[in-house]
Amino acid sequence: MAAELHVELVAADRQVWAGEATLVVARTASGDIGVMPGHQPLLGVLESGPVTIRTTSESEGGTIVAAVHGGFVSFADNKLSLLAEVVELADEIDVQRAERALERAKSEADAAAERRADVRLRAVAAG
Amino acid sequence: MGAQLRVYKRRIKSVTATKKITKAMEMIAASRVVKAQRKVAASTPYATELTRAVTAVATGANDKHPLTTEVENPTRAAVLLLTSDRGLAGAFNSNAIKAAEQLSEKLRADGKEVDTYIVGRRGIAHYNFRERKISGEWTGFTDQPDYADAKAIAAPLIEAIETETAEGGVDELHIVYTEFVSMMTQNAVEARLLPLSLEEVAEEAGTKDEIRPLYDFEPSGQDVLDALLPRYVESRIYNALLQSAASKHAATRRAMKSATDNAGDLITALTRSANAARQAEITQEISEIVGGSAALTDATAGSDK
Repeated sequence: MAAELHVELVAADRQVWAGEATLVVARTASGDIGVMPGHQPLLGVLESGPVTIRTTSESEGGTIVAAVHGGFVSFADNKLSLLAEVVELADEIDVQRAERALERAKSEADAAAERRADVRLRAVAAG
Repeated sequence: MGAQLRVYKRRIKSVTATKKITKAMEMIAASRVVKAQRKVAASTPYATELTRAVTAVATGANDKHPLTTEVENPTRAAVLLLTSDRGLAGAFNSNAIKAAEQLSEKLRADGKEVDTYIVGRRGIAHYNFRERKISGEWTGFTDQPDYADAKAIAAPLIEAIETETAEGGVDELHIVYTEFVSMMTQNAVEARLLPLSLEEVAEEAGTKDEIRPLYDFEPSGQDVLDALLPRYVESRIYNALLQSAASKHAATRRAMKSATDNAGDLITALTRSANAARQAEITQEISEIVGGSAALTDATAGSDK
């Protein structure tokens, strides 16, 4: 079965993950979007939020969730790239730290920090 | 011990201590070059993907954008100069500063005002000493720049370019940094970041003659371009910062290597002189003893008779 697409998850300072997948769900400025193999070429602006990648390899549990803070998604020739300044895999996120950050951000009314912490927690919950 | 010999011994000791220090600095710089190179390599996938995306939008959407539109009569240009916080790097900083000055000269000759933005204490000190105006300055991260640093630098520059020239904005943005070619070669280079020349971007991505797919833009071509271009500028500045850091460490390594070599040569020369001085001292002592004993023999020989 050739129904798989190559995914590259890239942060500004490193490549976070690369591999084959059957479905990628990301949140763009106009709503959630799911990309499957053979999708029409696409270039979109991402909102901060969790990105779900359904991989083909069983060793990684089939699904990868990452917290993506802003960025872009581009798809062409069965190659999907997710670009963002900051990308964190759900496994890398320290839940307690994110919760503490959320508390602090709420008390200091720091909207940007609150959003970042919230995205992290949602990614962990989805993963 | 003779006075001369003592002086030589003392100098040898001090040069040996200096040599140890420069040797240590050389090794530290060498390890940092490798680290900085690794960071450059790690940032490449992002830059490549971003360049590809910019090419795709710009050619597919045909949208005009302040960051890509050439102004007909540019009257003011911004020059971003990347230097380092610390010296001891040979001609690294002076080369970058020289390149920036040549570029500013050229821009002024074309009838443009030049706003200078500087990264790194060395460049800032150079401009302050000459009492030239600096429009923006950043320090403290030139050894290990982060993406956040590049963002901080890019923000006021993008704002300046989006402002109308009459209200204090700029029409062009140039960047002067030190390109890391290899361990032995680093060149001060200048490049025009904005307005973006889309042909150049396409060439850089190596997709000039490729047939590009027709993209579907989400939410719209204009919005994607709005969001992409600042990121592209940030990524270019980030890459320049990383290359500049790698070049600085390589320049330090080379400067320290030649300092170590010079110290070694100096020690050899001083040791030779010290040996000669010691030998001269011994020769003199022997001739004094021989002379003294000869005089004694002569004196006793005379009294015996």
